[in-house]
Amino acid sequence: MALVLNEEQTMLRDSARNFLGSEAPVAHLRALRDARDAKGFSPALWQRCAEMGFAGVLVPEASGGLGLTLTDAVVIAEEIGRTLAPLPFLSSAVMGALTLSAAAGSPAAKHWLPQIAAGTAVVALAVDEMARHRPASIATKAAAQGGGLRIDGEKVLVLDGHVADLLIVAARSQSAPGGICLAAVDPKAAGVEIERTAMVDAHNAARVRLSGVEVGADGLIADGASGAALLEEVLDKARVVIAAMLLGAGEEAFQRTLTYLKERQQFGRRIGEFQALQHRASMLFCELELTRAAVLRAAQLCDEGADGKARAAAASVAKAKGCQSAGLAVQEGVQMHGGIGMTDAFEMGFFMKRVRVLQELLGDASFHEDRLATLSGY
Amino acid sequence: MSSQGAGTAEAADLEAFRRQAADWLEANCPPEMRRPVRSEEDYCWGGRNAQFQSDAQRLWLERMGAQGWTVPTWPKAYGGGGLSKAQAKVLQEEMARLGCRPALWSFGIWMLGPALLRYGSEAQKKEHLPRIARGEIRWCQGYSEPNSGSDLASLATRAEDKGDHFLVTGQKVWTSYADKADWIFCLVRTDASAPKHLGISFLLFDMATPGVSTRPILLISGKSPFCETFFDNVKVPAQNLVGERNKGWEVAKYLLAHERDMISGLGDRASRKGLGQMAADAIGLDGVGRLDDPGLRARIAQFEVDEAAFAALAQRASALARAGQGQLDPAFSSVLKYYGAELNKRRLELRMALEGADGLEWEGERSGDGAIARAWLRTKANSIEGGTSEVQLNIISKRLLNLPGA
Repeated sequence: MALVLNEEQTMLRDSARNFLGSEAPVAHLRALRDARDAKGFSPALWQRCAEMGFAGVLVPEASGGLGLTLTDAVVIAEEIGRTLAPLPFLSSAVMGALTLSAAAGSPAAKHWLPQIAAGTAVVALAVDEMARHRPASIATKAAAQGGGLRIDGEKVLVLDGHVADLLIVAARSQSAPGGICLAAVDPKAAGVEIERTAMVDAHNAARVRLSGVEVGADGLIADGASGAALLEEVLDKARVVIAAMLLGAGEEAFQRTLTYLKERQQFGRRIGEFQALQHRASMLFCELELTRAAVLRAAQLCDEGADGKARAAAASVAKAKGCQSAGLAVQEGVQMHGGIGMTDAFEMGFFMKRVRVLQELLGDASFHEDRLATLSGY
Repeated sequence: MSSQGAGTAEAADLEAFRRQAADWLEANCPPEMRRPVRSEEDYCWGGRNAQFQSDAQRLWLERMGAQGWTVPTWPKAYGGGGLSKAQAKVLQEEMARLGCRPALWSFGIWMLGPALLRYGSEAQKKEHLPRIARGEIRWCQGYSEPNSGSDLASLATRAEDKGDHFLVTGQKVWTSYADKADWIFCLVRTDASAPKHLGISFLLFDMATPGVSTRPILLISGKSPFCETFFDNVKVPAQNLVGERNKGWEVAKYLLAHERDMISGLGDRASRKGLGQMAADAIGLDGVGRLDDPGLRARIAQFEVDEAAFAALAQRASALARAGQGQLDPAFSSVLKYYGAELNKRRLELRMALEGADGLEWEGERSGDGAIARAWLRTKANSIEGGTSEVQLNIISKRLLNLPGA
């Protein structure tokens, strides 16, 4: 494992950085927030992202995607993290695409994968049910009913749930104890109630109530033990992608802070001359470099097809490290900018808010430290 | 197309080398040298007065030295193995697979050798490198002085130029194993009037030269790996100057980067048993299989996250260094040195915490004469030796972040 990007990945990074930097800077997020945009993202921009290959990066070639690796997705995710672009990348292009690709022959996959890749449909995965990420405690029920399923339960923090064309719901399987049923649910079906939740980071999420929702047999993506295994795999890969977003956001906040340290004058000199600030900046730099290595390692392990335990441990290390280092980067970002860092007109606050949400998604640092300890037998 | 063909041929050559190396190791590495290292006493440092633990240890060093595989990538003309980086990696992998111990631990290999290869004269390379490779001469490093620690360039040991020789007078401190070393590579002041970085030279001399004396320093760990070293009108032949006169600081910095790589490696030993496992053995698990100390469990898990991320960073840094083309700034060794040292200190703090009262024993067979407590105390020097953590942060600020006035 090289833990470095190859030539194609370096080119992908550069083109993603250029594109997002000019088409989706932080001002784009601010504009959507200030306009209280009903969708919370720009479908036109997402279309153009699809043309760049972002939407179909993980969709198999046979289904109209690029069929690239998780490492490639991580490269894009870091750049999205850098500009905080509110795109349905994590929800649709990562979690939606990975879940459906595992059942590529299913009717749902055949119908939706090409549309995910084209950026014409948004697919959202509904996992969490409470304030904390506890995928082992999923209580939403999927009961067999007339050849299909009947689903009852309540989901929270469903990313892009209010703009989704398809919901994939993780429910407790009735067919096998400990099993998970992954079902394709039409958001407009009877019994589905969706409430958009306005979030601190101005990104999209929703609460979804499912009351006796009927799903046909062709809506079943996976079930039982294999459903549980698929969900774990999708969550782990998504955690690595979130860690890359944290890295991008943390890295950008750090670079902006570094620039400020070299410009801002107080006491007749540039504040970056003060050793108290230099050492903190250097320590933060080290933490971000560790994070980059941990993210690459986890992504490359997934691409090599590492087994469940090795993959889980590497994903948890990457996510925990991303939470910690990006969290430090935005706190130092606001502190070292002083008063201006507290103003809404300045962009550092957007980074702080976004990082806080990314820290929480699919398990915070404590969740992943606890998971690593359990995996390691202590 | 042609490059693909070349790549295939190269891969086939490497596989042939792998088989050849494995056969040689099987035939030449004594069984005793294929058991895991138990303690520092198992390391072989060579030298004129080498004390071999066993015939097997002596034989292993002789065979590896003759093969040049103690320094696989050095040129054959200087006693090395003449291997490519890829071959050296294969050799390392095969040694790891067969459990072969390193045949030689040596500051000559890790520190002086790379500096001599870059800055030494042809005569110096011919004289010193083969002896380093074969473990015949044990080297020590004369850098720090009582009044020159972090501010190393302020060093005061002076060397008077007497034409065909230098006359060296002064004192060094924290000289690792000076009492056991045969030769010293030493920083001396050759121009007292120049700015401090521009009046330093890099000398090599025999520790048996009249006027050299050493005194071991007893540390808080109860051990004495370091010495005070005194020079009283030591006569050093002029040809023992490495590089140009008054340009020794450049050599010194180059060498320090190699030392940092070595110390940063302390935080990254994949073969070690995880701390969490050790804690589980020492403390036990609760009813649901969690360490029976939730606070310690969380601290160990946080440590293991950083440990795993650091191991990945070390791997990434070495891949970037191999790729060349300026992909890795030489100052990046300060990141590895700083973090590796701090991580190792954290590791031993946690180790002491999980051992509880057992970790407090200082003498006796049960504790291996306080092996853990002594190791814990020893790590406190990790963030001091080879440039303190604070100096590493200064270097990162200046060289990697380009902060002003740093």
